[in-house]
Amino acid sequence: MLEIKNVHKTFNPNTINEKKALKGIDLVLNEGDFVTVIGGNGAGKSTMLNMIAGVYPVDCGSIVIDGIDVTKLPEHKRAAYIGRVFQDPMNGTAADMQIDENLALAARRGKRRGLRFGVSRKERAEFTELLASLDLGLETRLTSKVGLLSGGQRQAVTLLMATMKKPKLLLLDEHTAALDPKTAKKVLDLTEKIVERDNLTAIMITHNMKDAIAIGNRLIMMNDGKIIYDVSGEEKKALTTADLLAKFKTTSGEELDNDRMLLSADE
Amino acid sequence: MLNFLQSLPSPIAQGMIWGIMAIGVYITYKILDLADLTVDGTLGTGGAVLVILTTVNGMNIYLALFIAFLAGCLAGLATGILHTKFGIPAILAGILTQLALYSINLRIMMGKANTTISWRNHDLIVSSNMLQIGRTILVAALFVAVIIAVLYWFFGTEIGHSIRATGSNQNMARANGINTDSRKIIGLVISNGLVAIAGGLLAQFSGSADINMGRGAIVIGLAAVIIGEVIFGKIFKNFALKLLSAVFGSIIYYIVIAIVLKLGLNANDLKLFSALVVALFLGIPFWKSQFQSKHIKLKEVKE
Repeated sequence: MLEIKNVHKTFNPNTINEKKALKGIDLVLNEGDFVTVIGGNGAGKSTMLNMIAGVYPVDCGSIVIDGIDVTKLPEHKRAAYIGRVFQDPMNGTAADMQIDENLALAARRGKRRGLRFGVSRKERAEFTELLASLDLGLETRLTSKVGLLSGGQRQAVTLLMATMKKPKLLLLDEHTAALDPKTAKKVLDLTEKIVERDNLTAIMITHNMKDAIAIGNRLIMMNDGKIIYDVSGEEKKALTTADLLAKFKTTSGEELDNDRMLLSADE
Repeated sequence: MLNFLQSLPSPIAQGMIWGIMAIGVYITYKILDLADLTVDGTLGTGGAVLVILTTVNGMNIYLALFIAFLAGCLAGLATGILHTKFGIPAILAGILTQLALYSINLRIMMGKANTTISWRNHDLIVSSNMLQIGRTILVAALFVAVIIAVLYWFFGTEIGHSIRATGSNQNMARANGINTDSRKIIGLVISNGLVAIAGGLLAQFSGSADINMGRGAIVIGLAAVIIGEVIFGKIFKNFALKLLSAVFGSIIYYIVIAIVLKLGLNANDLKLFSALVVALFLGIPFWKSQFQSKHIKLKEVKE
């Protein structure tokens, strides 16, 4: 479903701020893979997702989604295949627009936009049903501005938007990190439910090692722009947070330096 | 006082025509979140195209106004391309087009800085002539109504939604497959087209197209948008009403100008006055937030 070959990315090359963010990423995802990604600060986790989504071009290498080479496609064209939820709840929705308008925008991802009405009556009925499934009371607030919603509500709406057209790939960049623990759990449960129901192929960055182990069928660990550990199936299920910390030390030769991740390891 | 009331129709008519320009500014400033300075040039372009086509080429005035609209659209396209394809910040892209338009407007007017058009020789749609002021207000109101109706429809379509999303959150727009560059260009094209229509009407109203007629137009447009928002923002929630509030803002602006002129303000100081008004209205929301942070309440605010 996703094939990344030898992807490199250096920011601000040949300057004092040069940062080699990705140093040769190779990754193949099978259809239905749900991969969690962990790693230290500046390991290149977000950069990898941004490369896949086309936020900035790669220096070299190739990215193929379901047989389509998207390496040179601009971000808005790749969006036809990709659903995304960001860490910042403000990022995934248009605050000045209504809930139904936001959902309608997502429903037209990958389609030609013309002079038909931005939200059809039929869609409003569908959206009401879809929002009711969230169980957040949003189904009665179809015409509320998204800016009025809480962070958790916005992430839930963004998740609906990212998945409503069954993307070939779902990219989740620490999408529960900015939420309080209770809301985070709710959004995470919803994520698992949707991914399982639609058999989506998904990549989820998280700083919570327990989540990384419990969720999905595969786990990769990144450090210094490379994938240093890739585990799946039974072996993954049997992991503990202590295993992960030890693994990190032996493969990278350093202590894990993601503060939030270490804090959550003691929970 | 009676004297003043009798002179009111003129600033009302003028305010309505500038209101069309304010709607154009609303599209870029409020919807796309871009400050587009092209409009200072586009207003003159609209006036120049209309006056030359009607006086020199003898063209039908409605057709001439339509071509003025297209000329404005082209100016918007130029700024849009400079901004998105040349990577120039929107403000600077607008200033570049505006500067270029100064030469272009002079070319259109065949090298003259001022070209007159009179209701005596031409069938004008609007005029400041006292005998025709009633009709002028009616026509301007009709233009405003049609433009707001069309924009209300347009910004409710799929393309319209994608333009609003681009102005609200570019990351989200691109993540949902929207080409944000093309949406900014469309917005700038429509905005400048409307400003050129305002220019075409304004040239008829004032009896001439002038190379300097657009100087400071962006400030008047912003003043109209902001005054409209401050006064009607709380009650006008619907998109069509928000556009209308920009027109009301423009009318209020011109009535205030008429008053201060009556009170003895030197006409040469008008632009200084306009700049101060806009600075003041732009400052108000900022001061409000500053004031609030200095006076944080000890008790929770009751809802």
